Amino acid sequence: MTFQNKISINGNTFAFEPGETILEVAHRNNIDIPSLCHLKGTTPTGSCQICVVQIAGRPDLATACSTPAENDISVLTESPRVIASRKNTLKTFLASGNHNCAVSDSYGKDWTELQLKVQKDDESKELCPVWGDCRLQDLAYRYQVTGNRERITEFPYKMETVNPFIVRDFSRCILCGRCVKACREIQVNNAIDFNTPEHPSKIIAKDDQALKDSDCVFCGECIQVCPVGALVEKDIRYHVRQWDTRKVRTTCSYCGVGCQMFLHVKDNRIVKVSGVEGVEPNHGSLCVKGRFGFNFVHSQDRLTMPLIKENGKFREASWEEATNLVAEKLKAIKSKNGPDAIGVLTSARVSNEENYIAHKFTRAVLKTNNIDHCARL
Amino acid sequence: MTNTIADVETADAILLTGTNTTENHPVLSTFIKRAVTKRGAKLIVVDPRKIKLTEFSDQWLRPALGSDVAWINGMMHVIIKEGLHDKTFIEQRTEKFEEVKAVVEKYNPEKVEEITGIPAQSIIDAARTYASAKAGAIVYCMGITQHTSGTDNVKSLANLAMLCGNLGIYGGGVNPLRGQNNVQGACDMGGLPNVFTAYQPVTNDDVRKSLETKWGVTGMSAKPGLTATQMVPKAHDGELKALYVIGENPLVSDPDLNHAEKSLKNLEFLVVQDIFMTETAQLADVVLPSRCFAEKDGTFSNTERRVQRIRKAVEPPGQAKYDWEIICDIATRMGYPMSYNDPKQIMEEIASVTPSYAGITYDRIEEVGIHWPCPNPSHPGTPVLHTQQFPRGKGLFHAIEYQPPAENTDNEYPLYLTTGRVIYHYHTGTMTRKTEGLNERSPESFVEVSKQDADTYGIQDGAMAMVSSRRGKISVRVKISDKAVDGTVFIPFHFAEAAANKLTNAALDPVSKIPEFKVCAIKISKAA
Ligand code: SF4
Ligand code: SF4
Ligand code: SF4
Repeated sequence: MTFQNKISINGNTFAFEPGETILEVAHRNNIDIPSLCHLKGTTPTGSCQICVVQIAGRPDLATACSTPAENDISVLTESPRVIASRKNTLKTFLASGNHNCAVSDSYGKDWTELQLKVQKDDESKELCPVWGDCRLQDLAYRYQVTGNRERITEFPYKMETVNPFIVRDFSRCILCGRCVKACREIQVNNAIDFNTPEHPSKIIAKDDQALKDSDCVFCGECIQVCPVGALVEKDIRYHVRQWDTRKVRTTCSYCGVGCQMFLHVKDNRIVKVSGVEGVEPNHGSLCVKGRFGFNFVHSQDRLTMPLIKENGKFREASWEEATNLVAEKLKAIKSKNGPDAIGVLTSARVSNEENYIAHKFTRAVLKTNNIDHCARL
Repeated sequence: MTNTIADVETADAILLTGTNTTENHPVLSTFIKRAVTKRGAKLIVVDPRKIKLTEFSDQWLRPALGSDVAWINGMMHVIIKEGLHDKTFIEQRTEKFEEVKAVVEKYNPEKVEEITGIPAQSIIDAARTYASAKAGAIVYCMGITQHTSGTDNVKSLANLAMLCGNLGIYGGGVNPLRGQNNVQGACDMGGLPNVFTAYQPVTNDDVRKSLETKWGVTGMSAKPGLTATQMVPKAHDGELKALYVIGENPLVSDPDLNHAEKSLKNLEFLVVQDIFMTETAQLADVVLPSRCFAEKDGTFSNTERRVQRIRKAVEPPGQAKYDWEIICDIATRMGYPMSYNDPKQIMEEIASVTPSYAGITYDRIEEVGIHWPCPNPSHPGTPVLHTQQFPRGKGLFHAIEYQPPAENTDNEYPLYLTTGRVIYHYHTGTMTRKTEGLNERSPESFVEVSKQDADTYGIQDGAMAMVSSRRGKISVRVKISDKAVDGTVFIPFHFAEAAANKLTNAALDPVSKIPEFKVCAIKISKAA
């Protein structure tokens, strides 16, 4: 019996593969070690300090995301020391910007002032746009971090709203760097970075320009990974609350990659699209069309009624009348000119089931093989 | 694709040609970029335009338009001459190698340089890189197929992959990228004139008989039908009387639009079933409103042959219906009752008549899609094709000679035009152009020209220019760009009001019947 590659976490022993981090072993075994900056598939930095754990016999806490699992070490993920450290870190984050969600036990005077200031800054009448859908807020709640007693510092960077898709609110950015990793290591668009590697204070695009003037292609990966309210889809900011929506998983209808996506639906309308994480083929990534190109679904220009052309003009018709007309016409042409006088163009846009039905209709009912689609085009 | 999307990231060398992947298949391009940045894979880009991926490439080869067979033959010439080919693979898995060897013998790098404009040394380097990679993937798209020599181009790439034993292995393969979401599925489901589902030939009596029994009909045609690109001229000549168009907009996507429009107008009866009043629908006698993807249950098959679910998220507008419902209704009224409870029931029928989908059920693909071929309910699907053998047994080499494109430049039309897409729009734009943000990023059509050509023809960046070919003319905004090579301009085809396809040539590849969108001769001048 060999004792190689065994690690103890909270008193239970687990096997690990050489090279795995403590965080990976824990997550694989459904042990929740929280983190803010860790992003699967990218190089861990340990910068947010939330994933700290206590390793028996070591003087300092270690960041689980960047510490390799080692044989026979014994790890505690929620020890009093760990919890105290996380609380401190969370307090610092909450004090670092406009995090006006977890201040409820602050002095009443500060509360009002902060509220007013935030309202002025982001023209909102409400709290943070992602209230209730924020990792930082979740953790503040989980560790009962009691508010923001320090005055928040003046925020030097103005919000960016000049592009059509993404609002960048630097006052809520905790500089976790997930967006940078998503943009550089996952999408490899290399559009954004920290302003300085040493003591970063801002995420910048190009030489601190607007996203629209940088290499950004609006894939929105950065929004999806941002744990707080610093990056939000422009058109739903302050319009849609996460708990008002229902998520339906589907496949993107644009290109042949077939990205897996969630349609977020509110009142029978799609209000947002996000990538499905952890599944093939896209592992959460999308492109600008898939993520933002859904407005056509609810366009006023959608066809809603069958139309029949009379004297060069369309008029509305019932399904009964329209399908009867089509059936009669096709029957007549088929018997007069033969089946091969009819053609069907099926579609690379509709489902397999519908292509199958179109194919069966053409071969078995029309009795011709004149069927094709625009794949060649 | 013979291989999967994820598999591309594991390649040691990637030969990428005729695909502007970052714009047309953005998420797939991330796998290619990561292969380079994370794993150090060697990327060879062969493209007349300076596309984004050239920034990630080891080598960028810039061929003359329509000269693909020549550079591919040139690479094979070098590989054989230097003995870099996979002799075991060729011997055990392929046939007719000698014929290819004889043809490519003539394509020495110097001759290839003459035809393609690619420096001889670059051909040699690219050949060495691709041939010496442990696993080399070939990735291509419409830039290879939309030529009169499109079929030859595709076969040539297959030759190259077989020559180096790069088929049937992880990280290798010949990988066409499908432009539209369900092109793969439309083909798999028999949306082609010569085959039923799963590419079973209509000329095969056994297949036809068994489908007739299954469907309860007799007298199905054994004669291959017309392709889309053949239907148009037949409509023009009056042989084709009626056309039923489902969710396509040939009046923006077809080549030589002026001719296409005349042809469609000549039809006795045109039915268009779509979600919008497209340019094509305007010409119809009857327009039928259908549901869009967000209003449907069903499946799409992606470019890696993965069958994936779509699910209804919202109610359709007004009286819009499922495309299958509408067709079933018409079939029933024509005296052949067709009815299904739901798409799931249709999929069960598909599985019963489609060998490669036989093992696919909604239950199995609930979480993760399955790659066909999936011949039975316990089969895990097939991520990589041809690992043991090819469908016909041995892989067949095709000896192919270079043929110049159908239309060449001359004094009157001195420039080449090539067409394609931009990242913010999709196909004929009927969907993406309804999203304001996408329009803001890409509001209108443009012609991308090199600085030198702009100077020669006296046109300015941002000004309007008149672009004309033998078939038509359009007015578009000028974009001077270092993406363009001298002598060739690019126009995206999304914009109906400045439709690039008014200019393009309807000359077809003799086998695939794909039009030569990627090459035609034009002239350009300042707009009056
Ligand atoms: S939208 Fe995409 S490209 Fe733009 S900054 Fe975010 S991750 Fe980078
Ligand atoms: S914008 Fe969001 S993801 Fe990016 S560093 Fe700030 S908090 Fe992190
Ligand atoms: S999200 Fe983009 S890359 Fe993915 S399937 Fe849709 S269009 Fe293609």
